[in-house]
Amino acid sequence: MPPKTKPKFLSRPSNSESGQVHPNIISMDNFCAWYGDFQALHNLKLDIPENRVTAFIGPSGCGKSTLLKWINRMNDIVPGARASGKLVLPDIDILSRSTDVVALRRRIGIVFQKPNPFPKSIFDNIAFGPRLHFAKLSKSDLDDLVEWALKKAALWNEVKDRLNKSALGLSGGQQQRLCIARAIAVGPDILLMDEPCSALDPASTARIEDLIFELREQYSIVIVTHNMQQAARCSDRTAFFFEGKIIEEGETEDVFTRPKEQQTEDYVTGKFG
Amino acid sequence: MLSIFYQGLPAFNPPQDDIVAELSEIESKLADVVPDSSEARALTAREEELQKLQATINKSFLSKPPAPGSREAGIGPALMGSIWVCVGCSVFFLPLGVGTAVFLEEFKPRNKFLRWLSDMLQLNISNLAGVPSIVYGILGMTVFATMFGLFGSPNDPFFELGTKFKRQYVTEGMQVVFVPVSERDEVPTLSNGMTALKSDGTEVKLNIIGDDDEFPEDDETLNVSLLSDSEGGVVAENAWYSFRLPFGRSVLAASMTLMLVILPVVIISTQEALRAVPTSLRQGAQGLGCTPWQTVRNVTLPAAIPGIMTGCILSMSRAIGEAAPILMISGIVAISMGPQHLMDDFSILPLQIFYWAGQPVNEADPHNFQHVAAGAIIVLLLVLFAFNSVAILLRQIAQKQLS
Repeated sequence: MPPKTKPKFLSRPSNSESGQVHPNIISMDNFCAWYGDFQALHNLKLDIPENRVTAFIGPSGCGKSTLLKWINRMNDIVPGARASGKLVLPDIDILSRSTDVVALRRRIGIVFQKPNPFPKSIFDNIAFGPRLHFAKLSKSDLDDLVEWALKKAALWNEVKDRLNKSALGLSGGQQQRLCIARAIAVGPDILLMDEPCSALDPASTARIEDLIFELREQYSIVIVTHNMQQAARCSDRTAFFFEGKIIEEGETEDVFTRPKEQQTEDYVTGKFG
Repeated sequence: MLSIFYQGLPAFNPPQDDIVAELSEIESKLADVVPDSSEARALTAREEELQKLQATINKSFLSKPPAPGSREAGIGPALMGSIWVCVGCSVFFLPLGVGTAVFLEEFKPRNKFLRWLSDMLQLNISNLAGVPSIVYGILGMTVFATMFGLFGSPNDPFFELGTKFKRQYVTEGMQVVFVPVSERDEVPTLSNGMTALKSDGTEVKLNIIGDDDEFPEDDETLNVSLLSDSEGGVVAENAWYSFRLPFGRSVLAASMTLMLVILPVVIISTQEALRAVPTSLRQGAQGLGCTPWQTVRNVTLPAAIPGIMTGCILSMSRAIGEAAPILMISGIVAISMGPQHLMDDFSILPLQIFYWAGQPVNEADPHNFQHVAAGAIIVLLLVLFAFNSVAILLRQIAQKQLS
């Protein structure tokens, strides 16, 4: 069973207090993105630290999801989408034409707003990525990997008896955790989550938030959310987006309790958005 | 296969048995009172009709070749031809149609010019879906049967594989003998004592009569005697794997022509099935680091299989009933055997029906070719039904596996 304790950002040591250094895993500078003639993102400067949860908040259409999709180049298939500026991992220039998009996406997993399990069995859903990417895995290795991923996603106990049943028979929350398990089964460094809880009920949301908190030990997580409480609950750093610009960015605690900008304060206190 | 069709047929019997029972009952009642009842006469007419139909559809009807008389006519070669052509057609249209749809739907080019080209292709496919099938017949004739005349005529092909040639002679004793030759236009030099084959395959030694030689007297020698200047016709014998360019009026050319007829429909319905697959599934696969091809192969195509199969089943049903394009390619309605290889001549059921239905009605004989045509139509419908049942069954299995 997943842990019962609800992680609160106030109850755990933040970066500055512990003195722990988290090097940046993604850095961007002067990053701009367009859809055709429409400029969706303006001169972003942001660093995303390793093994932390970074939340993107902001009203609809402010460019949070666009940025997320540029981080693993999911925008490649959108006609007319282009970007400029610097967006790099420590060793890879994400925007470079020569970047191997397939290899990049293996390093940067993504979980979407709506759970999208494949119409296959639970086992095959998890084994899908490893089967394609890793050299011939033995049956027992694959079994171990599936069990590991499902345990990581706090789903193992619920599905261990029906691994060969269709994944479409799971509840929405279970499906979303299955998608998270599927993403971590290929062994990414970074997990992107595009409003992972917006289609789920509060109980399922709480379990996914617990999961996010646990996963940050091994993965760097970027989460886009409309839900301010969620950002406050499960993220270490927060970036507030408005009309394609980053208005404020910093430790989650600071952004929510001592915002520097008036717009941020208005948004997090619910005056607009 | 044939026995399956035949088992379905005795369903025609029960109504007739009822009528016979009813008839004999009425007859026994009316026999004394009204010797010539009009009601009884009407029933007799109905009985006759049923008897005619029953006499038409039976086991030998399915295997007999067409004949000049309607009572002797059967649909054996046409039925086999239909099956050959349809199986051949599905071998071609499935990979080509599904492949084209996947290309148009899943691999949209980003380059502006290529995008325009792919849009034009799409427009053309939509238009081709409405073209009358006889037009495809003419196209198939030109492209597949004669190949624009680039490889010579079908009777003198540019390339031939698996075909053996013989020269056919008629001896002075009016016997047919064959002399094997290596090429189509090779004329063998006839010499005394050379080996020839009779129609039953037995070998004989030829006796060649030169200008100065005496004419043999006994029948036995006459039977193997040829004049030295006699000319023989070419007979071709094809192996099961035989192949030629151009295809000529063959099963292969007909299969490919039918493929052209149904390809637009297959492509459009497959595209629809692919469009119905949620984008989120594709994104999920791409997010896991799948290449576009891996996405199609492992996620999109499996999810679209039931929809694709529906389109293909409907197209196959159209293909099996098409007569017009095959009329251009083959036009044969009297053939003694079903196709033996892909380059063979053939007839198909719709063509046979079309021909029989157009035969004049013989007032004197109650059994006409129209009855034979009716029987053939029923068999065609049963074949169609069998094809569709198997396909729908496969679709159900595929659907069950997905959900």
